Amino acid sequence: MRTIIFRTVAPNLTSLMVLFSIFVLLRGHNEPGGGFIGGLIAASAFAIYGIACGVSPVRRALWFHPMAIAGFGLLLAALSGVLSLFQGVPFLTGLWAEPHLFGVPVAVSTPMVFDIGVYLVVVGSITSIALALEERDYD
Amino acid sequence: MATGGQSLTFLALMLPFLGAAVAPILTKGLKHNAGWLLALIPAWNFLHFWSFTDDVAAGGPITGGFAWVPSFNVNFSWYLDGLSLTFALLISGIGTLIVLYSGGYLKGHAQQGRFFSFILMFMGAMQGLVVADNFLTLFVFWELTSITSFLLIGFDHAREAARRAAIQALVVTGLGGLSLLAGLLVLWNVTGQSELSLLLMTGDAVRESPFYLAAFLLVLGAAFTKSAQFPLHFWLPNAMEAPTPVSAYLHSATMVKAGVYLLMRLNPVMGETQIWETVLPLFGGATLLVGTLLAIRQTDLKLMLAYTTVASLGLLVMLTGFGTEQAIAAAVLYLIAHSMFKGALFMVAGLIDHETGTRDITRLGGLRSAMPLTFSAAVFAAASMGGLPPLFGFLAKEEIYAALTMGGAWPGLILVVAITGNALMFAAGFAVALKPFIGKKIETPKNAHEGPVLLWLGPVVLAVSGLFAALFSGWSHRLFSSPMASAVSGNPVDIHITAVPHVSLPLLLSLVTIAIGIAVFVWLDRARAAMASVLRTIGWGPDRGFDQVISGLVRLAWHVTGLVQGGKLEVYMTATFTLTAAVLLVPMVLFGELPGLPQFPDLYFYEWTVLAIAVIGLFAVPVANSRLTAIVSLGIQGFAVALLFMLLGAPDLSFTQFMVETLSVVILALVMTRLRLSPADHRPGGEKAIDLTVAALCGLGFGLMLLRVTQVPFDDTLTQFFNANSRVIAHGRNIVNVIIVDFRGLDTMGEISVVMITGLAILALIRIRKPARIAPRRTREG
Repeated sequence: MRTIIFRTVAPNLTSLMVLFSIFVLLRGHNEPGGGFIGGLIAASAFAIYGIACGVSPVRRALWFHPMAIAGFGLLLAALSGVLSLFQGVPFLTGLWAEPHLFGVPVAVSTPMVFDIGVYLVVVGSITSIALALEERDYD
Repeated sequence: MATGGQSLTFLALMLPFLGAAVAPILTKGLKHNAGWLLALIPAWNFLHFWSFTDDVAAGGPITGGFAWVPSFNVNFSWYLDGLSLTFALLISGIGTLIVLYSGGYLKGHAQQGRFFSFILMFMGAMQGLVVADNFLTLFVFWELTSITSFLLIGFDHAREAARRAAIQALVVTGLGGLSLLAGLLVLWNVTGQSELSLLLMTGDAVRESPFYLAAFLLVLGAAFTKSAQFPLHFWLPNAMEAPTPVSAYLHSATMVKAGVYLLMRLNPVMGETQIWETVLPLFGGATLLVGTLLAIRQTDLKLMLAYTTVASLGLLVMLTGFGTEQAIAAAVLYLIAHSMFKGALFMVAGLIDHETGTRDITRLGGLRSAMPLTFSAAVFAAASMGGLPPLFGFLAKEEIYAALTMGGAWPGLILVVAITGNALMFAAGFAVALKPFIGKKIETPKNAHEGPVLLWLGPVVLAVSGLFAALFSGWSHRLFSSPMASAVSGNPVDIHITAVPHVSLPLLLSLVTIAIGIAVFVWLDRARAAMASVLRTIGWGPDRGFDQVISGLVRLAWHVTGLVQGGKLEVYMTATFTLTAAVLLVPMVLFGELPGLPQFPDLYFYEWTVLAIAVIGLFAVPVANSRLTAIVSLGIQGFAVALLFMLLGAPDLSFTQFMVETLSVVILALVMTRLRLSPADHRPGGEKAIDLTVAALCGLGFGLMLLRVTQVPFDDTLTQFFNANSRVIAHGRNIVNVIIVDFRGLDTMGEISVVMITGLAILALIRIRKPARIAPRRTREG
């Protein structure tokens, strides 16, 4: 499967897919999308990259071990819930703020952070499975 | 509600745990001198609890705490009456001395910081146990003592004996902890009270309940395991594998007294029944005799003391169960005396071991000139243990005999048991305290001399306090003995006994005891040999029984695992899916819940096309020649379904379905290449048919269930709620996503944890194969 065409296209495809996955993640609260689906897109992007160019470039590009990314995501999701405890409301209650960034109102919320956590868990777990499976075939 | 005193008590309960957290760092900097600093924690606790003595002695128990899980009536609360206060003082007071003693005893030990940490944690657990008011607070601290004592007993984890002793203690006392939980839940259900302080006011409610026997047996299970009653006594002597400071603390004054504490605590509501007054003295008496006889048999100083501890616990249980107020007073006095003299004697044993390099009583002698301070502390402690005036142990023994001389066959029998036990304990106590010191000097592995102040401080203070408590008996009775005895019996009890001997029947019995004790002491070697031969004849003991039970359990688990977990994926899959099909279909057929025939759907032609693709993909799976074709066909079916979702207005669902299908095809294909499966499916025809049937049944089951669900009138309250609120409350228009991240956030949290754990498990499974390639090289290396 490591044809020259696939190998040339794959990095570009992967970066586009990752970008798209982040877009899908962030629009999720109002349009179809969200952390789960975004995570799946990003994971398949990395899987494609791995199939095309081998596993070690993917691992180098990711920098962290995918499982560590997943663990960080879980921590992030949990912490986003803990934040509400300091406000005296139950665990995981959504908190919203709308700071103005360069004059544009940007909605920041704990559900968003939670969703990013979901995204990272899905990306990390699926990618680490896919990469581990791919590793054997090409080394 | 949070008054100054209350937060201070909370601080006192938490301080040992905080100390445990900083102990390793402190020890790194200060070496063994960290003991001086860390001892301030129990010392402060001691003073704090001391400040309550006057109030409690005046009759007012002190309660406090705060709500923990209010919806279940679970509180973090404490209850200080005579019983718990005296215990708290013993724990913190002796704890102070033990921390100092461990500073000296483990001086230079690489893991001394860890040791301080463990012992402070244990102290915190024990303190929490005795002052706990709420049932669950009590249970949590009870279990904490089991866990921390496991750590302490197994401190010397490089030795197998220590590991075994630690596990044994954990298994036995852990089982007792479960029994305690069950017992407390029974009491909770019977009385509706979850606080000990309120439980004590329920009068006869527990005794008259039909569940009394269940509660009684469960509480007994907890108390007898913790307090090492025969035949569950074996873990206690084995726990002597721990460093001596641990033995001195756990097995004299604290851990093993927890069971006695529980019995004493529940005596007002559960005692004074026929079964209570039969079973407790019976087991207590048996433990007393077995413990003393086995103590005589030992030559190791610590083991002798350990078995006399078993015996003393038996005596305490026997007296607690005897049922009269005077017997309870005697138990209380003996408990206080025992904590002091046994702590001192253990520390003396450790001190001898530390300074001479041996604890074998036959290899020690003539140390009195080399270690005069230790010698005098040992003699005072042994005199208290033997019940000689003017020490606190004498008061206890007089009270015991006074309580038991009431005539009748049953008290008479108990009296005989008590005299025998006391006499043998007298002999064992003086054997430990005198034999190493008197006689002519025997060469020991190390040249003996007096230990450093950290080591002799503990035994000396305890020996002296045993003397003081007896000399100023009026004062000690007013502050400790009487309030404690009142709390145990449930009625005000006044203890008057003093250290001045006066001619009476108890004194006469004391003299008899001492005479027998001296006789045994003189002929100790002969008695030891006799006991040894008796034990050899019996051969089997509960200690060996424990091993047999554990290895039997392991064998059973092995067989059961072999039976249900054969290790063949095919079997697992077939079993799982057959069961799924059965669960779906059987109830539907049995309860006549099969769906009616649906009406013919009215679809557009392109919808028909997509449906046709799905069906074609599905049918291609079983007939495909190669596995890869089958996987891809399955993917086609999945994509078609995703397309249908899209057409029917579920973009989120279809989006996810697309991704899941893509990834599953990729991963399945990868797995296939990885497992180096042959491209074609080689299952024999029959097996294929079975698998196909199971799969078809599963599909049929799900299909029928879905049909049935759609035919039930649709309850749209949830839909309406989410439609109405997702924008307003959760600021999101995508209801699906709002449900995932906000309304049902906790569920999602669980799900992503599952995703991650599954990922980890799969990763581990994939990696299992890797070492197989490396393994041969490793084995060559070593």
